[in-house]
Amino acid sequence: MLAEFLQYLFTGITIGATYALIALGFTLIYNASHVINFAQGEFLMIGGMATVSLTAMGVPMVLAVVLAIILAGVLGIALQRLAIAPAKQADVVTLIIITIGASIFIRGIAQVVWGKEYHVMQNFSSDLPIRVFGAVLNSQSLWVLGIGAVVVVALVLFFTKTLTGKAILATSMNKEAARLVGIRTQMVLMLAFMVSALLGAVAGIVVAPITFTSYDIGIILGLKGFVAAAIGGLGSGVGAIVGGIALGIVEAMAAGYISSDYKDAVAFSMILLVLFFMPRGLFGAKVVERV
Amino acid sequence: MMNRFMQSRLRGLIVLALILIILPAFLANSFHYELVTQMAILAATVVGLNLLVGYAGQISLGHAGFFGLGAYFSGIATGTYGWPSVPALLVGAILVAIIAWVVGRPILRLKGHYLSMATLAVGFIIAIILNNERDFTGGPDGMPVPALEVFGWELSAFGQYSLFGLTIEGFQAWYIFASVVLLVAVWFALNLIESPIGRALRSVHGSEVAASVVGVNTAKYKSLVFVISAIYASLMGGLYAHFQGFITPAVASFEFSILFITMVVLGGMGSTFGVILGAVVLKLLPQVLADFQELETVMFGLILMLTMIFMPKGLLPTLTAIVSRRMRKKAGGEA
Repeated sequence: MLAEFLQYLFTGITIGATYALIALGFTLIYNASHVINFAQGEFLMIGGMATVSLTAMGVPMVLAVVLAIILAGVLGIALQRLAIAPAKQADVVTLIIITIGASIFIRGIAQVVWGKEYHVMQNFSSDLPIRVFGAVLNSQSLWVLGIGAVVVVALVLFFTKTLTGKAILATSMNKEAARLVGIRTQMVLMLAFMVSALLGAVAGIVVAPITFTSYDIGIILGLKGFVAAAIGGLGSGVGAIVGGIALGIVEAMAAGYISSDYKDAVAFSMILLVLFFMPRGLFGAKVVERV
Repeated sequence: MMNRFMQSRLRGLIVLALILIILPAFLANSFHYELVTQMAILAATVVGLNLLVGYAGQISLGHAGFFGLGAYFSGIATGTYGWPSVPALLVGAILVAIIAWVVGRPILRLKGHYLSMATLAVGFIIAIILNNERDFTGGPDGMPVPALEVFGWELSAFGQYSLFGLTIEGFQAWYIFASVVLLVAVWFALNLIESPIGRALRSVHGSEVAASVVGVNTAKYKSLVFVISAIYASLMGGLYAHFQGFITPAVASFEFSILFITMVVLGGMGSTFGVILGAVVLKLLPQVLADFQELETVMFGLILMLTMIFMPKGLLPTLTAIVSRRMRKKAGGEA
């Protein structure tokens, strides 16, 4: 009984931590530019796939991870420079379609380079599971949680201690004012996309040994990140983390106690329920519309 | 003023009708007919979706859900329970309208990305149910759907009919039928847009707060247009099911929802004829790109991105703006 519950809880928290990282990526870009980046999931895919193929070519794991993260970062910058920045005056829906176009494009390239098969990534450390009160904890889960925590602390330090981080925050609060005090807002937007891509790649790499990876894994993972960000309230960092973990746990419980066929339906019902009572998510800022 | 509105509305419809009449001269085989018939059905769907997105300014990333519900209701009612096609289409549309109304009331209070999220969630839940209720829907493998039957007349893509002494093939009959459906769908949308309801919708798009200040019941009109666009989707879903003869849950999928919204945005939000062009282009593009083989997806994404970056208002509005600017320049030069 307890073992079963713990088992679902471990699974939920692990996948939830991944969702939280993806949701943080959404949040970052949303804050800087009010764009919802539907290509966010592709950063995860690039992270996982590049690591797998580089290690297969004989590159040491650590170096492969670093290279994969850099690749995603470059892609993030390219996305902002080449696709988002030129479409400055576009409507919100138009921007959504542009990011969807970008995600189809990236997925298409991945399909050409890596094919359509699933790829398996080794666990970072031993394959031996850890037993806690009868439940099995995969060692990779600890890596996901540990790296997730490190990333969150690093982000907090980045936004509160560094000038660049503060510039991003300032731009997200008021773009015009930020420009007036000498912040190069275009640069900031680029940085936001880059950091968001790095976050996505990290999430994609740590979760790859658990979920496997393939060229189209970004679609559903990206959507789940969007759900998590919306549950937490778009633009809220705390919301992204809480939303991600909550979504992961609810999904795992639904799969365990109700039906694994309907676990996604439960996740999407959860977002409807949250938005029904809190139209701006759990931690979303209240916005007054100026007329 | 009113007269000119009437005229421009009629002119568009007449041009569309002429194109639909001339088009068969360029269609060589049954595959071509199948393609344009699908285009017409999808175009009619996005004409409905455009009322919501283009005129009322509300996003829906889940419209394939309603399309899929309509398709499966028709398929199950006629195939499993032996209903005639027309009652199945109508009852399906009524059910979908009720669902859209119940769901629409709470979620249309949401704004911007939260509304996208909620509509996306509704579409996903419908798709998951269709995928898993195997006893009714056949699950992921799909289910066969009988031919459309209109007042005792069976319309099958494989049949043969005689019309005014001419022998026409089933796929040609379907093309004529789908063309008429599209014209009716456009006619209804154009009339709605110029009605008081249409004006109220546009005021919601302009500024919802201002609209409600001058006494427009914004919640009521948003729900109304959401329901109307869902009815469009349901009816077209039903026709699509009959035409294809076989449906899978893919008709309700997120990818299909994205295809619909992309047709609207690419063709030109708020332009009824623009979104028809969007449907034509997006249905045609994969055929043209098939020559690129494995690069097909890459090219598709690239073209989609570039078009939206350089023509953010969509294909038709951008093209008409260019043409009218040229014309004005010419007229200015002569004066």
